[in-house]
Amino acid sequence: MKLFRIRGGVHPQEHKQLSAHKAIEVMPMPELLRIPLQQHIGSPAVPVVRKGDSVLKGQLLAHAQGMISAPVHAPTSGRIIAIGKHIAPHPSGLPVRTITLKADGNDRWIDLPGPVDPFTLDANEISERVAAAGIVGMGGASFPSAVKLNLGKRFSLHTLVINGAECEPYLTCDDRLMREHATEILDGVRIMMRALGVAHCLFAIESNKAQAHEAISKAAGNHNGIRTVKVPVRYPMGSEKHLVQTLTGEETPARALTADIGVVVHNVATAFAVHEAVRFHLPLISRVVTVSGGAIKHPRNLRVAVGTPVRELLAHCGGFREEPARLLSGGPMMGQPIINTGIPVVKGSNAVLALTAAETATHPAMPCIRCGSCVKACPCGLVPVEISARTRHGDLQGAADLGLMDCISCGSCAYVCPSHLPLVQYFNYAKGELTARQRAEHKQKETKRLAEQRAERIAREKKAKREAMMRRRQAARKRTKSEKAGANV
Amino acid sequence: MSHTPLFSAPHAHQATSIRRTMWLVILALLPATVYGLYLFGWPALNLFVVTVASALLAEAFSLRLAGKAVKPFLFDGSALLTGWLLALTLPPWAPWWIGVVGALLAIVIGKQVFGGIGQNLFNPAMVARVALLISFPLEMTTFLTPLPMFSANAPSFVEGLAISFSQGINLDAVSSASLLGHVKTELGQGHLLPDVLTSVYDLKTLLSGNTPGSLGETSALLILVGGLLLLFLRIISWHIPLAMLGTLAMMATFFHWLDPAHYPDAVYHLFSGAAMLGAFFIATDLVTSPVTARGQLLFGAGCGLLVYIIRTWAAYPEGVAFAVLLMNATTPLIDHYLKPRIYGRRRDGSPLQHRNRLSEGGGT
Repeated sequence: MKLFRIRGGVHPQEHKQLSAHKAIEVMPMPELLRIPLQQHIGSPAVPVVRKGDSVLKGQLLAHAQGMISAPVHAPTSGRIIAIGKHIAPHPSGLPVRTITLKADGNDRWIDLPGPVDPFTLDANEISERVAAAGIVGMGGASFPSAVKLNLGKRFSLHTLVINGAECEPYLTCDDRLMREHATEILDGVRIMMRALGVAHCLFAIESNKAQAHEAISKAAGNHNGIRTVKVPVRYPMGSEKHLVQTLTGEETPARALTADIGVVVHNVATAFAVHEAVRFHLPLISRVVTVSGGAIKHPRNLRVAVGTPVRELLAHCGGFREEPARLLSGGPMMGQPIINTGIPVVKGSNAVLALTAAETATHPAMPCIRCGSCVKACPCGLVPVEISARTRHGDLQGAADLGLMDCISCGSCAYVCPSHLPLVQYFNYAKGELTARQRAEHKQKETKRLAEQRAERIAREKKAKREAMMRRRQAARKRTKSEKAGANV
Repeated sequence: MSHTPLFSAPHAHQATSIRRTMWLVILALLPATVYGLYLFGWPALNLFVVTVASALLAEAFSLRLAGKAVKPFLFDGSALLTGWLLALTLPPWAPWWIGVVGALLAIVIGKQVFGGIGQNLFNPAMVARVALLISFPLEMTTFLTPLPMFSANAPSFVEGLAISFSQGINLDAVSSASLLGHVKTELGQGHLLPDVLTSVYDLKTLLSGNTPGSLGETSALLILVGGLLLLFLRIISWHIPLAMLGTLAMMATFFHWLDPAHYPDAVYHLFSGAAMLGAFFIATDLVTSPVTARGQLLFGAGCGLLVYIIRTWAAYPEGVAFAVLLMNATTPLIDHYLKPRIYGRRRDGSPLQHRNRLSEGGGT
């Protein structure tokens, strides 16, 4: 199949050999699970259980709220011992609302309805089941999947792209899932094609995963419409818009969705979860996580219950070989630092990495020498050197004018920078600050608008009152006049 | 782990640094440098050492004066490279103080006054070279026929010290014009090219560098090897060298075709003077050249054009330094106007058109 070139990108060292040969292993259930109510983009879920309740595995703990949200379910049977704030899987370490579940060790399921044939369901029924199972994008973005499966209603779609690129170094969870569960994944893919109403699917796998490619090709063999494609190994190939461009040659317009060019992208792990949810009514309560990095004693791929503290994963992998320089949730290119190992694994966690100082290759930042490496590396056609210069000098509007908001924070620029400038840090700061300013501006405008409305309303009421009074007076005058006239008769 | 500072992604980094970049450039310059020092003997070595040492001292002094940490900046290799490049563009037997003054001009005026590494608008080595050329035209244009080290007529170490460090040595006996200078003079006197060139012009000589010229500029072949190494290591991209040499060659070919008696051909222009060194090592200076590929093409083409114009119609026989400085001045402008197209947008910045929306509104 003809592929199209994307601009920029980098070739970080892969390090996938650390865990690629390790089969997925089911991690033993921990005693305590911390299940955040917000594991997705959108509104947090609303608890339907109370402290002290006993719950069964798969039981609904909190329901979705609003258009973009996802419910959460109990990963095992046990007792709810707290609903309160707990440190979130987020670099700020700020607490979020979390349900704490004490496992009873029985791991007893709720009664599940019998399996159904997904191909007897219509698009709405499929997306309803996906929504009810709490499935979110498992490549890391955590966007509620049902919303993406409904895009067929608003856009005319032609292709589903399955993202098996796994372009982040170290990560092998998707690779293992494709090797070990190809049939299930493809079932999920077909279900999603049905929900979206598309006849074509491109299953993209980076060419460094030969076995996964083989497994998927074999499983897809008898189904026309699904095509497995080897895409070149280049970061950020897994970026939705860049993957679609590689496959179709079409560029997603700025500030639009890939659906605008007729394509919807889902991750392989999401496809697997859709298969389990739609066919067997299984909610999303566990996921595969790669635990790797030079500082990990025994790198592994683990199937982990959502809510398992990171600390337990590390212990299960033999702890540290040496004190890690960085402990991360996610890959080295876009992952977040873990500041407390008490944080739980959530639906979007694909890896826990402990990197040594040699692996991170961090150096103190030097001045920019305008070498242009970042310009060459940027997959979005931005000029990071200029944007960072403006950000550093506080000219955020200038940075925005240069396309700051089109930055996908992939980190390619910072990866190649010979001066080791924390470019992504600048950009994230600038984006946050700009958004905050816009929000403040919006708030100010709204306040002004409301105040003006209020003043107008008060004036209107006053006027109405005055007029009413006038009318009454006139009426009274008329009455007295007519009474007088009557008296005269 | 609770006191770990917040690090933003990415948490891995390519094995690259300013120091590595600078040292690789120096490595690429090594063949031409060693050959140049061999060709012009002890006085050249003296000048080279004095220039580089002065550059480092000037850098250390400026850093201290500016209150910056001396160590990380002094050893980033940038001052060393500036001094090195400057030395390569000097007449090989120039007196020691030419090297000292040049290094001071380059580092203090050309670089540190602007704020140090990465901040300068103009290529420091070329600032120094042009300032020297204008201030000391005699010393800066006294070239000589190579007298390779240890050869019969070459000065001994002691004689070399005398040439570099004491006054009154008469260089007239050995001095000889560079090819560009010679041709310019002869053409100025009304002679025609075919007569002028027969005696001095030989591609083999230009490639090997066994010809009068600046310390490290004479061997086009060795400079080309170094340049290709930089390309291979991706320290520089092909855009500037190709655009510069290509434009120079096209201009030369065109005018040579118009009037072969007055305009030398492309080979003459490409392989003489500082064209090769300029194209691969000077115009490609990261700090002072544009950051985008299209900008670099324009920048390189501008350099090539100006080199040809200055060599052909201006008062100086060589124009690489002037050309690069003039184009350095345009770098901010080029970077302002020639940007890559942003993903999902047209060149003017407006988003590409949507096509697949079923109904208007409700989009994100």
